[in-house]
Amino acid sequence: MSQLPTGECQYERRVLDLSDRAAKSVRSLNSQQDVPMPLKGKDTLMASSIQAADSQDVALSVRDLCVSLPGGMERAFAVENISFDLKRGQILCIIGESGSGKSVTANAIMGLLPKVIRVSSGAIHLDGRNIAGLPADKLRGLRGRVVSMIFQDPLSALNPLMTVGAQIDEAMAAHGVGTPKSRRSRAIELLTEVGLPDVQLMYHQYPFRLSGGQRQRVMIAIALALEPAILIADEPTTALDVTTQAQILKLIRDIQRRKGMSVMFITHDFGVVAEIADSVVVMEKGHVVEQGSAVQVLKSPNHPYTRRLIAAVPHLTGKDRIPLEAAGKAPILQVNGLVKTYRSGAKWFGATRTVPAVNDVSFDLAPGRTLGVVGESGSGKSSLGRLLIKLMDSDGGRILFEGRDIAGLSEAGFRPLRPRIQMIFQDPFASLNPRSTIGHILTVGPVAHGKPYAQAREEARGLLSHVGLDAGAFGRYPHEFSGGQRQRIGIARALMFKPTLLIADEAVSALDVSIQAQILKLLDQIQRETGVSMIFITHDLRVASQICDEIAVMQRGRIVERGPPSQIFLNPKSSYTRELVAAIPGEQPEHARQASANR
Amino acid sequence: MRGFLLNRLSQSLALLVIVSIIGFTILSLIPGGPLSQFARDPGMTQQDIERLAEQLGLNRPLWIQYFDWAWRLVQGDWGRSLRDGTYVLSVIGRHLFATFLLMGTSTVIAIAIGTWIGIRGATHRYSLFDYLATIGAMVALSIPTFWFGLVGIYVFTLKLGWVPAGNMYTIGDGSVLDYLHHLILPSVVLSLVHVAIWSRYMRTATLDAISQDFVKTARAKGVSERRILLKHVVGNALLPMITLAGVQLPSILTGALVTETVFTWPGMGRLFLDSLGYSDYPVVMGLLMFSAILVILGNLIADIVVAIVDPRIRLG
Repeated sequence: MSQLPTGECQYERRVLDLSDRAAKSVRSLNSQQDVPMPLKGKDTLMASSIQAADSQDVALSVRDLCVSLPGGMERAFAVENISFDLKRGQILCIIGESGSGKSVTANAIMGLLPKVIRVSSGAIHLDGRNIAGLPADKLRGLRGRVVSMIFQDPLSALNPLMTVGAQIDEAMAAHGVGTPKSRRSRAIELLTEVGLPDVQLMYHQYPFRLSGGQRQRVMIAIALALEPAILIADEPTTALDVTTQAQILKLIRDIQRRKGMSVMFITHDFGVVAEIADSVVVMEKGHVVEQGSAVQVLKSPNHPYTRRLIAAVPHLTGKDRIPLEAAGKAPILQVNGLVKTYRSGAKWFGATRTVPAVNDVSFDLAPGRTLGVVGESGSGKSSLGRLLIKLMDSDGGRILFEGRDIAGLSEAGFRPLRPRIQMIFQDPFASLNPRSTIGHILTVGPVAHGKPYAQAREEARGLLSHVGLDAGAFGRYPHEFSGGQRQRIGIARALMFKPTLLIADEAVSALDVSIQAQILKLLDQIQRETGVSMIFITHDLRVASQICDEIAVMQRGRIVERGPPSQIFLNPKSSYTRELVAAIPGEQPEHARQASANR
Repeated sequence: MRGFLLNRLSQSLALLVIVSIIGFTILSLIPGGPLSQFARDPGMTQQDIERLAEQLGLNRPLWIQYFDWAWRLVQGDWGRSLRDGTYVLSVIGRHLFATFLLMGTSTVIAIAIGTWIGIRGATHRYSLFDYLATIGAMVALSIPTFWFGLVGIYVFTLKLGWVPAGNMYTIGDGSVLDYLHHLILPSVVLSLVHVAIWSRYMRTATLDAISQDFVKTARAKGVSERRILLKHVVGNALLPMITLAGVQLPSILTGALVTETVFTWPGMGRLFLDSLGYSDYPVVMGLLMFSAILVILGNLIADIVVAIVDPRIRLG
């Protein structure tokens, strides 16, 4: 058990007091009989009352829940006939890919569904009482007090115009709990509890001053303010760096243990499941395909979808790639002492701030090889990518591309070389012009560089089938394709130029794991066929270990370690690399479990 | 904050110099020149006019005239009206009150009603109210102000006799009520187009704020819908509107140009038209500089207010 903050006894008493009050209010809700139960037959009503009777160890129980989508969508239901139980004092992970309905389920429980999406049938039992279809003000009374929720993106989940303290205070004031003074001291307690530094200062701080991890801690403090029985966490670590993710996961686990809270944890990452789940619900396209204890689902999955999903999760491989036959000996890219410094602030008066984004970076890349550049946000990995493709100018150092220094080249001077270095972008939704056909997107670049259209069109059709799309895609628009297909289009677009160097900036980060695996396979296949060199920028070490011959770990603009995957993952030289590798969720489940059991 | 203000002030000064040079040059290019009015007077001989030009320094090279004018402007001497010899500053001063009364009233009306319509349109999106507000805004934006002015006078003055047709006060009365009575029609007409613009922007800004994650956070806390709207949504939606208000300030002045003419309102818009008609260039230049200062001040004030309201800018 980790350390409680000071003032423990007093604190515990208040906790009891608050949870008692919460229980009472649930009871008082239960005693009212005017609950509308929409679209429910007699038999389900009976079933649910039976369910309610023997649910002492169940905090939340979802039965045959259907949430309908408005007409004209891909499917009629966001979730259809799903049932599961959240046991008291446990962490239940709901896992699924995008469109599986996992977030809709969470929002249905919170009563936070958008107006056009409705719970059409089924029941959500909270402490034995059906809350599906409760009037808005009754649900409002439960939110934040009995059931709390934290969200994916801590950067936008806090009001930028209110101080941290005011936002915690509001959670209590909304339910008429406490006086301004008592709420204030409670807020300070909460800030201490979630492990934030300088709590007195933090109380008066605005969110923009906080890091992503700190903001997520504030969100957790808000969610805990009234000691809810249930915490719903909707992908709370997805937007965070891997080391921050590990800290937040530990915090949620610790708090859940300390308070005996029940947590419903929504994620798409089996690594996270392995890290914290007691039990697991696997969802696919609005259906629950499998559920059971974490060990059971992870070790011996029954449903083929679960098996596919688990198989698709990239794992750290200590094995190095079998290198391709090098086309030539000379490195295709040599980077020497590359520097880029960001300046911000006033132009004429006042101080300017400087941030070294890329600081004395050197490496070289052989033909047909892949260099992974990994690091957390702000490490300079994306800046490095943009320097290499000359989307911005460097402040110093050399970039020798095929023996020629391109760092100092003007835009006009670099233009003839542009086709040779191509980029694959992160967001397949934003990187394709929605008003251009795929054919136009693919051919516009080569045609601008002087290729006859007819020839470009033939090559485009060929490439589309090469990346796994049918040639009919040529005349269609980006919105007609899924995220994975769009990323294939993005790859085809880059390949149109027959580049010798591909820079992939988080090229698979926005994709579901199963799609991710396919795209990685495609990139590998393309490299083997064309001998293109690749720089693969990613925050995900597991992905990097799958595709890279060599990995450079970046921290604060510098490369702190460079080596083959076997070195980086099995025998890291720098302490930062060790820290990064240790933070990867779910990679040493046995080890982590033992450690947490000993705590 | 100090660096920011110094930067903005120096930029503003540069802007004023550029505006004054352009204005001065264009006025000098107009055929006839400032003395063309006198040329029409049969009592004036060619010698008289040449003597006048000599007196006023109009026969000097343009750039000397400009520096002379600018140097005196810096010292606070904005020159004299060619019409009656009064100081430009006091001419502007005489008309300032009328324009600010009209501008102020219509701005308050526009912001109050526009904000309300915008928020309601966003919270009741695709409702009958929202559609009517959208259509109303399109109508107000596509029909020129003078048409509304004339229709207003026809209906409310000629037919109904509720309000006076023009002027700021009745000679011999001049009580507050009398002023207000005269103010109603022009300020409502002037605010129409601004209500339309403001409500459209406010609707978009509110929709933007409603879809933000922190609104969902507030709901998850159990905060009431009313407080969510007032505290979380409107607060964030008004931020971009402050900048808009700064940009809109001068356009209210130009809007007043037409409205003041229609309602024979003794403000700066009418002064501007009259002075142009009389080729009273010192007054025209004075008004040009005055409105340029107003534009710059409007934007500067908006930026400062945003910096005060938004902690990301104040402390960032």
